[in-house]
Amino acid sequence: MKRHTVKELQNMLADQSISSEEIHQIYLNRIKSMNDSINAFISIESDEISLSSEQKNSEIKGIPYALKDIFCSEGDKTTCGSKMLANFVSPYDATVVRNLREKGTVILGKTNMDEFAMGSSNETSFYGNVLNPWDEERTPGGSSGGSAAAVAAGMAPIALGTDTGGSIRQPAALTGITGLKPTYGRCSRFGMIAFASSLDQAGILSISAEDAAIFLEHMAGYDQKDSTSSIEEVPKYTEFLNNDLTGKVVGLPREFFDGSLDSKYQTLVTESIHEYEKMGVQFKDISLPNIKYSVPTYYVVAPAECSSNLARYDGVRFGHRSSEGTDLDSFYKQTRKEGFGPEVKRRIITGTYVLSAGYYDAYYLKAQKVRQLINQDFLNAFEEVDVIMGPTTQQSAFKLGDKLDDPVSMYMNDIYTISSNLSGVPAISHPIGFVDNLPFGLQVIAPHFMEHDLLNIVHQYQMSTDWHLQTPNLCREFD
Amino acid sequence: MSWETVIGLEIHVQLNTNSKIFSGASTSYGSEQNTNTSLVDLGYPGVLPVLNKDAVMMAIKFGLAIDAEISRRSIFARKNYFYPDLPKGYQISQYELPIVQGGSLEIKLNDGTKKVIGITRAHLEEDAGKSIHDKFNNETAIDLNRAGTPLLEIVSEPDIRSAEEASSYMQQIHQLVRYLKISDGNMQEGSFRCDANVSVRPSGQAEFGTRAEVKNINSFRFVENAINYEVERQIERLENGNEIIQETRLYDPDKDETRPMRSKEEANDYRYFPDPDLLPLEIDQETIDKIKNLLPELFEEKVIRYTEDLKIKPNDAEEIAKNMQIAEYFEATLDHFDNDPQLVTNWILSEVIGVLNRENIEINAFQIEPTQLASLLSRIEDNTISSKIAKNLFNQLLTSDETVDQMIKQQGLEQITDEGSINEYVAEVLNEFSDQKDQYLAGKEQVLGFLVGQVMKRTQGKANPKMVNELIINQIKK
Repeated sequence: MKRHTVKELQNMLADQSISSEEIHQIYLNRIKSMNDSINAFISIESDEISLSSEQKNSEIKGIPYALKDIFCSEGDKTTCGSKMLANFVSPYDATVVRNLREKGTVILGKTNMDEFAMGSSNETSFYGNVLNPWDEERTPGGSSGGSAAAVAAGMAPIALGTDTGGSIRQPAALTGITGLKPTYGRCSRFGMIAFASSLDQAGILSISAEDAAIFLEHMAGYDQKDSTSSIEEVPKYTEFLNNDLTGKVVGLPREFFDGSLDSKYQTLVTESIHEYEKMGVQFKDISLPNIKYSVPTYYVVAPAECSSNLARYDGVRFGHRSSEGTDLDSFYKQTRKEGFGPEVKRRIITGTYVLSAGYYDAYYLKAQKVRQLINQDFLNAFEEVDVIMGPTTQQSAFKLGDKLDDPVSMYMNDIYTISSNLSGVPAISHPIGFVDNLPFGLQVIAPHFMEHDLLNIVHQYQMSTDWHLQTPNLCREFD
Repeated sequence: MSWETVIGLEIHVQLNTNSKIFSGASTSYGSEQNTNTSLVDLGYPGVLPVLNKDAVMMAIKFGLAIDAEISRRSIFARKNYFYPDLPKGYQISQYELPIVQGGSLEIKLNDGTKKVIGITRAHLEEDAGKSIHDKFNNETAIDLNRAGTPLLEIVSEPDIRSAEEASSYMQQIHQLVRYLKISDGNMQEGSFRCDANVSVRPSGQAEFGTRAEVKNINSFRFVENAINYEVERQIERLENGNEIIQETRLYDPDKDETRPMRSKEEANDYRYFPDPDLLPLEIDQETIDKIKNLLPELFEEKVIRYTEDLKIKPNDAEEIAKNMQIAEYFEATLDHFDNDPQLVTNWILSEVIGVLNRENIEINAFQIEPTQLASLLSRIEDNTISSKIAKNLFNQLLTSDETVDQMIKQQGLEQITDEGSINEYVAEVLNEFSDQKDQYLAGKEQVLGFLVGQVMKRTQGKANPKMVNELIINQIKK
């Protein structure tokens, strides 16, 4: 079986040309034959599936998916890519997992990720790096690199990821798939292991925007267990997928087109803009003047929240526990020294510093103010335009190890993606072509709760192009 | 040199919600260790806090009762520190924007003078769990049942000037939270405890002296003792030319002294920041008005009503109203017997409270229902029984399930009010004690009591004493 979209699987199930058990088995076989090299999965849930009658007879019943190992799923090992949680079996389901489970979907396995979602190359994972299915010397991006690689290689038709600063969109761009980060609050964060609470959002990595629309409908919605989840009604996204783009106004922020993008990528972006123009879209130059502060703002806010969120990993109640400690302090220190990797430690230290007395105003408080300005930039822009477009990343997949010793260069990976997390607006990345046989992505950003608009725009593009259907060579043997 | 004491109290009141402030786990006291704990209380990966609305309502109630401002918008922050009984590694507490700001409470001192104590703020927060150091050899056990229990921390202005004022303030806050029914105020179980910030300064000096914070005081007596000890210690140090170190101290009731906590237990840098898992708490005027309308009658209002409407002696009215549960018992009794509120008061203050003190129980554990007390007093009032027999029955009621009327009937205790039959007894007595009769006629009126006593004895106390009195005089003078 070649790579299939969720839509295709739905059709095959509907005309009974295949059963959900068969689909499940095919994907498991594929994971088993490919995972040793790609390392996309930390654990594989190979139990026989039994779709109980309690599960609603939904349109996604029987569809398998890959779950980033940051989501708690009942009875499953949930590691968050860390040694700290290597032995942690979650006693409960995250709300998004529960939502999908009730609709009859099936978890194929838990995907590899940067430790606690901190990283842009999947190299900070305790379980080893993930390889990019397009080039096994390269990173699939991160932190949802395992989910991205699984979908790109056809080990799963669709996957869940989380996006705190670009962790869905960047790996989607680097592996040639579609990645949606919904509006902050659109999907419940309950059961999603927290990195930076005010930025984290669950989303989808899929082959097509249409698949993302199908899944988002069932994942999203208000959850009383998450006070920050939105009561905004969840539209039926699939019903918005056939709207004509004529008259849509798209903003091109000059800050994303400042000449810093290498011309080989710029060419692809320009071509995709032409494609959209053919569909009747109008383009307009806009400015997001404070966007240049996104990366420094993010690297104050996110570490601050993470330093507090990760305090619970102390070896007392669950997770890694050092046997070295001789008193309370050394017990804590040893446990956390052994359990966390260097990038997590770097961020905890940074976050602890920016929150400490005497520095709080200069860093955290100021960053929160800049964050307001960045949000205001988006609100102003959306007065004039329907959506904003630009490159998802500054380059295609880089070689493993390339940026590992240079955290700032690694952090710059998220230069185009971070601002939508700071503002909370939804954004999607979709493939627009190849440079040297490596995929490259375009990002589309919409106002809060306008996912249906994003999904329709990308769906229209994907109806007239086939970049999203290109498969890496290693998939060929399964064709 | 003379010294002035300056005290501010931080009182921690455990709110009596059914579930915890950020989880659905029960708050009941005394459950098996670590059973009142949800994944939220255990700080599991991925879980999130959800604010308990009841705790918010209770905080608003308190704020309204002390004439404070209720913040229309308040913020929950994280107070970060590591300790094994703090599962998340931070405590959720209101920091910069508390729910209640700027109230006051008038306290009454032993000499009758009154004083207003400012209340800076009251904020909501979660309690930590308990570390148990003495059960296992060289090991510390953690019980997280208390973790996440809602607390209202009430912070006073440094307006308190003596240990007596501090104790009086603490007692009045205690009375208030029980009146508002927002806390059981149980000090043994730690539902009501305080930290005292104590400093001294030369009389007349405007600036405050350096303060010491005495932590975790859980009785009115201890707060007085701890402050007195601390004031003496500080004055002695200053008079010997030493400085006061700003520090956290613990009061040890066994040794009646305060001593510094280990430095590791002291405040470091808590790195407060707004909790991104909780939205700002918004409270609208409608909610505030609704709660205002539901506020119960408070102590002062009760005392006024008791003295003015019910004509109860002022001191008695205060005694009854001091404890809301007693006041409720009193009012429940009045519901069934309202002819003589002062009689009800007298019986509660002497007989009922006598039993409570003797048996060391609270009024809610008192054996006699208000309806039974009311019927007992009705029977006195309508002359069915004498006070003496009533007291006897009162004691029987403590251990009996029978009603007052059943007892009167079964024991044949109805008072004799029939003039004819009393006259027969009187005649008998006067016949037997003619000497005393003569003494009375000679002007020695004190013997009347003896004669009455003789009649009562013959009637086993059942004759109406007032009638006996009158009829004896009548017969003697005949």
